Amino acid sequence: MKYQVNEHGYYGEFGGAFVPEMLYPNVDNLKKKYLEIIQSDDFKQEFELLLKDYVGRPSPLYYSERMSEVYGAKIYLKREDLNHTGSHKINNTIGQILLAKRLGKKRIIAETGAGQHGVATATVCARAGLDCVVFMGEEDVKRQRPNVEKMEMLGATVIPAMSGNRTLKDATNEAIRDWINHPNETHYIIGSVVGPHPYPDMVARFQSVISQEMKWQLMEQTGKENPDTIIACVGGGSNAAGAFYHFLDDEDVELVAVEAAGLGVNSGETAATSQVGNDGIIHGSKTLLMQTEDGQIIEPYSISAGLDYPGIGPVHAHLYKTGRVKFLNATDDEAMEAVFELTEKEGIIPALESAHALAALKKMALKKDQVVVVNLSGRGDKDMDTYIRMKNEK
Amino acid sequence: MNRINQLFNDTQDKIKSIYFTAGHPAPNTALTIIQELEKNGINMIEIGMPFSDPLADGPTIQRSSEFALEQGMSVKKLLEEIKDVRQTVSIPLLLMGYFNSVQKYGVEQFCKDISAIGIDGVILPDLPLEYYEANYQATFEKHNIIPVFLITPQTPDERIRQTDKLSKGFIYMVSTAATTGTQSGYAQETMDYFKRIKDMNLSVPTVTGFGISNKETLEQASRYSAGGIIGSAFVKAVDGSEDLAGDIADFVKTLS
Repeated sequence: MKYQVNEHGYYGEFGGAFVPEMLYPNVDNLKKKYLEIIQSDDFKQEFELLLKDYVGRPSPLYYSERMSEVYGAKIYLKREDLNHTGSHKINNTIGQILLAKRLGKKRIIAETGAGQHGVATATVCARAGLDCVVFMGEEDVKRQRPNVEKMEMLGATVIPAMSGNRTLKDATNEAIRDWINHPNETHYIIGSVVGPHPYPDMVARFQSVISQEMKWQLMEQTGKENPDTIIACVGGGSNAAGAFYHFLDDEDVELVAVEAAGLGVNSGETAATSQVGNDGIIHGSKTLLMQTEDGQIIEPYSISAGLDYPGIGPVHAHLYKTGRVKFLNATDDEAMEAVFELTEKEGIIPALESAHALAALKKMALKKDQVVVVNLSGRGDKDMDTYIRMKNEK
Repeated sequence: MNRINQLFNDTQDKIKSIYFTAGHPAPNTALTIIQELEKNGINMIEIGMPFSDPLADGPTIQRSSEFALEQGMSVKKLLEEIKDVRQTVSIPLLLMGYFNSVQKYGVEQFCKDISAIGIDGVILPDLPLEYYEANYQATFEKHNIIPVFLITPQTPDERIRQTDKLSKGFIYMVSTAATTGTQSGYAQETMDYFKRIKDMNLSVPTVTGFGISNKETLEQASRYSAGGIIGSAFVKAVDGSEDLAGDIADFVKTLS
């Protein structure tokens, strides 16, 4: 358990709950109750049933023959893209809405980047009959229009965040401010393994179903429950946290996190936090952060709205510092190439975020019998505008 | 004795305190603003260190911070600007901001440098009480810097007691569950909360902040506490000012 959160809410030196005092009672209440609630039998039963019948789990583990040929290894895709709402985000929102109901909350808020978490939150709120407000950077509202329409159709109110670069970081700021202003009735469904403790641990637990399924699916298909390598993209890092979760202590499993390099790690237009960041505090947790000498947060850049974040979850900062996870990165162009490659080889159009994980395959020295699982965290429907533009330029 | 303690010991009247964002409404105005506020009878000043992502602040202070940063304000620049402040100013001065700015500067170095300038206290709303106690209490005390912690209507009694124990100057009593910004008046339940805190007979005074914009709200806010802190209303009043001395004098007049 050396990579899990400790009783004080820290992963090594990272984590904690650096929230304005106004939020202390809410965060403290969550900290005291979350484990008892999510480990109770009735919660687990309801959660598992919804994952099965509503989300469509287990998500398939698919052996990709043609990608295996290209890369000279055994490439498996964990098909989170096939979940209801199109990504892994729904695993967490199902868990958190059940928690919110047990906490007696009447109103749900969320932040979103690409809109996947916003849609997943609006979806579970519709089902639960709870009010839903989603904060989304104005820039992302423009570049992920279909998801905005979906959220509104699902009954959510989408509020554009107008500060900073008007992307994921700014949407998160606005969600936190809203929570400060509505402390009693509101539960904040954070979409990634970021934020004050207990959020990173709670979200990782809800997402851990990904690696839990991988274990028995690999056993069925390969005769061994551990793969050689798992690859996942990291913005805040929720899909990676879920894909790595049950393998963290199996040190012979190579874990690879892929960050968005944007126009290049050293271009000044990047979101590769582990490469250009250092110790800092963002959204209530101590982690690696892109910041200036003066401690001002640097605006990140990535073509992928879901990875366009200047920090990483504290668990990933710890996994990076300890060397347990290898951190690679992929540029906008490399990710785009990976989108078209998977589409052509397998008839699967991946999300831009997930394409960053696929792009790492080219950067690794793979062996013939190496079992590699790529976590295909989401599908590309929301990115079609971008893809159509690229296709026409080709 | 620290100037903050001196102030609360000596003053029988309600304390009037003002927050402003360093670097706003124009570069190199921090010293002038401090001097003018003292001249007009303000008892204590919170100097805001602008931060790129001010989570606890409403639109007014967000905008002033963004403006100040665009104009090149930084912690280092601020400390340089006010390094001789004690040659002309004698009221208590506090720095207010977010913990990331301070941890990036280095907590020990920060305390040392601001103590040398004559800063009396620091308010960092996102530095948790427990984290301060475990990691920085000794450093702050060594440099005679008073940490000021916040309580809110939702803070449980037990935590208020713990806050009181770690406070050496005063407690910042946040009026309502909100980010910073102005309000037209306080509801009865807010007044009840102020009274409840007064009746706890804490060992240090409380000063009320958030939502104070004029004489009426200042009076309400001070009724059960040692005084009030005005932030956003002041930032608004000096926004775009071309006559700081005049605008500050006019604003302070509206408070009494």
